[in-house]
Amino acid sequence: MTDISCDTSFARRDLLKGGGALIVGFSLAGIPLPASAARGDMAGPPDPDAIDTWIAIHADNTATVYFGKCELGQGNTTGMLQIAAEELDLAMSQISAARLDTNVTPNQGATSSSSSIERGGPQLRAAAAEARRALLALASRRLGVQINSLVVTDGVVSVDGEGSFRAVKYGDLIGDKPFNVKFTGTAPQKPSSRYKLVGTRVARVDLPDKMSGRYELVHHLRVPNMLHGRVVLPRGQRAFGAGARPLAVDEASIRHIPSARIVRKGDFVGVVADNEWDAVKAAQALKVTWQEGPELPGNANLFTQMRGQKTTDTVIANRGDIAKGFAGAAHVRSSAYFCPYQGHLPFGPNCALADVRADGALIRSSTQDVYNARAMLARVLDMPAEKVRVQYYEGSGTFGRSCYEDAAQAAAIMSQAVGRPVRVQYMRWDEHGWDNYGPAHLAEVRAGVNAEGKLIAYEYHGWQHGWTVTSTIQDIALQKPGVERASGSASITVNPMSTGSMYVVPNRRVISHAVPMEGYLRGAALRSPLDLSFAFASEQTIDELAYALKMDPLEFRRRNIGDKRWLGVLEAAAKAADWKPRVMASPRSSAEVVRGRGIGLGTHHVSYGAAVADIEVNQRTGVIVARHLYGALDCGLAVNPAQVESQIVGQMIQSASRVLKEEVLFDKHGVTSLDWESYPVMRFAEHPAVTPVVVQRIEEPATGAGEEVMGATVAAIANAFFDATGARLRQYPMTPERVLAALAART
Amino acid sequence: MSDIKIKVNGRESTVSVDPDTPLLYVLMNELALRGPRFGCGLAQCGSCSVLLDGVEVRSCVTPVSKIAGKSVTTLEGLPALYAEQKRLAQAPALHPVSQAFLDRQAPQCGYCYNGMTVKAAELLAQNPKPTEAQIRAHMNGHICRCGTYPLILEAIQLASTRMAGDVR
Repeated sequence: MTDISCDTSFARRDLLKGGGALIVGFSLAGIPLPASAARGDMAGPPDPDAIDTWIAIHADNTATVYFGKCELGQGNTTGMLQIAAEELDLAMSQISAARLDTNVTPNQGATSSSSSIERGGPQLRAAAAEARRALLALASRRLGVQINSLVVTDGVVSVDGEGSFRAVKYGDLIGDKPFNVKFTGTAPQKPSSRYKLVGTRVARVDLPDKMSGRYELVHHLRVPNMLHGRVVLPRGQRAFGAGARPLAVDEASIRHIPSARIVRKGDFVGVVADNEWDAVKAAQALKVTWQEGPELPGNANLFTQMRGQKTTDTVIANRGDIAKGFAGAAHVRSSAYFCPYQGHLPFGPNCALADVRADGALIRSSTQDVYNARAMLARVLDMPAEKVRVQYYEGSGTFGRSCYEDAAQAAAIMSQAVGRPVRVQYMRWDEHGWDNYGPAHLAEVRAGVNAEGKLIAYEYHGWQHGWTVTSTIQDIALQKPGVERASGSASITVNPMSTGSMYVVPNRRVISHAVPMEGYLRGAALRSPLDLSFAFASEQTIDELAYALKMDPLEFRRRNIGDKRWLGVLEAAAKAADWKPRVMASPRSSAEVVRGRGIGLGTHHVSYGAAVADIEVNQRTGVIVARHLYGALDCGLAVNPAQVESQIVGQMIQSASRVLKEEVLFDKHGVTSLDWESYPVMRFAEHPAVTPVVVQRIEEPATGAGEEVMGATVAAIANAFFDATGARLRQYPMTPERVLAALAART
Repeated sequence: MSDIKIKVNGRESTVSVDPDTPLLYVLMNELALRGPRFGCGLAQCGSCSVLLDGVEVRSCVTPVSKIAGKSVTTLEGLPALYAEQKRLAQAPALHPVSQAFLDRQAPQCGYCYNGMTVKAAELLAQNPKPTEAQIRAHMNGHICRCGTYPLILEAIQLASTRMAGDVR
């Protein structure tokens, strides 16, 4: 066993003799290549205005599409291929997607915020339209007819009305040769009325291999001469900013594992070994004395500390005169709401494979953004970004920024130190304990209605810290404090879309109180960031006003909505659930198990979500079981309604899990919920049935579909609890303990 | 290190590993199988599940030395096992459970589907016509973080119906 970071005698050339074959087949980044260089020979991103960046037509009349949005398990690859095939008039069987790769694929930004179809789709559609026009120009010359007389079916261009009499395949026009054509910006795009593939229930292209076991996930990658690595971190993260500083590393503690070696860089500690089990054992056995960090508030004092701290305040929305509005209200309801830290916690802990050499690095990772990953890796490795190549391999569903950058950076650091490829997988406690959690949130909401049942005043105050832009491994390896994304008014704020924007309110104020991340847990965007919290607080307040008016909550919302699309999803969810108008919590039952039904609205950015929840509450045990959830989503043009339905199902189950069960536990020292027992999630036996409803609007632009029913679901469940019991729960997760306390406090 | 004989998907092989190595790491590394995968290492989640003489076990906590004389079936071996159970002349391309998951377009990321498939195949071999409550109870040790439980449930019911039509 040796400490590799200090060992310069390690004979790198010998290693290359043994394992050098691995690197043949890709040219390392940064080497100048002639213009005719093969795709992938140079560091990207390639020119986004060149057709060749996006599309290659092969001699066999198939196409490869190059786009920059990752398949995270949400099915976006299928949707992107539908968009490209539609515009090119190809069949789905003729088109496939290239692996995301910083030497190959265009930079379309992060695959986040449900933006693949919304923002990535139009770019790809434009590229496909440009390619189609270029192909038609070639066909026009070949066939000797005007472009406007040509039609295309499954990549065969023919003269309109002549059948196959005069026809040529795309593949025969350009097969495997570059277009060498820039975007004109004027290529006509197909009107939605002529869509054949877009808007249909195309089967997902990745599922056959996923079901047979042939699909290659990042976890499956193995290369010759590879070592297995594991990170060594304290069990459970400490306060953000404190990092993890090893005071002493006891090398003797892993001497019994002969192939294991310690790798250190700055404060980073890892182990590598010839086989995986040795690496796992060594990471667990290695004795490290860690410096104690500053104290955390722990769950017990979290909200008191947040509420009492000096904050940076931003007015997010300010309309009318809030004081005047409340003065004229017939009913006012106000309350504080408490929402926990929650984890991303991909089911398969993050994994990466790195091969770092003096002249360049290749890292395979399940990042959400290959170009950002490259920039971060370049900093960690102290290499120019052009010498770092990142290839995307799918991991397991991440739902935002879990520890994928950490796994990639840990693998890269260790590969650089030992001069061999290193595969790192996080252990369950690493992933649970060192996540960039979805931040906790504290809300104070007040709203008022007039006697006619119209909302006339709405005020939302939200406290939360922001997200980190760095990663744990980067911070500790470079011994720099973590960086929070911007600060002040540019930090993560209350989302105005999720806080009353669905209603017409003449006097509305939304204020964000930014708490600094220092001294809290590391935060990052978790699927539908904070929208679950906003909806939990906001939509319960709305429901309370309906109750104050003795009005059906569906009817109350209907009266206060001004937008037909909000109304559309509300009615769609209510119809699916066969909603019967009534005043909530009437009659109230003293039975052991009582049922309740609730309704709620929510969104993330643009799309519209509505939900109805049927739940049961055991008034003796405090256990809530969600029985049936109905969710309606209007995401404009649903490119693949079957996949949007699947997303609604997943969102609703995950939201039920989050509002009923999930909470990061931590004390003053650090995070203590390190596995699926201490951080429970929804299980199979207790899952509700879900009825998804897609409100298809072919004529509207496609907007996000992966997050927008989550807030509504949480709200509907919270409101159903009131219906069942006549009590309000103002803190989630809605655990039996909190349920029993709320029931005991009932008047 | 010891030489340990194992039988996986009907094939015998000898692996040279520490006897305390969990079966999972042998399946993933020595045998390069892609079905069983690491999820927690604590037998809490079911992503590493395999069948041991037809009974689902968590390979992440099963030492390879403890499976001597037993037959391991992974996701990859389920079609052949099904053919054997049903006395079919030829193994189908996919086990009926996998086929139903595919036809129902149930998975999202699909990481948990190794365990879901293995566990559902175990159930339907023991109880070809399970009730919904029986499916829920049987599958309860398997977590799906994407939240596709309702689709998994439907697909298992579909597979059950279809399997009734296959000759035994």
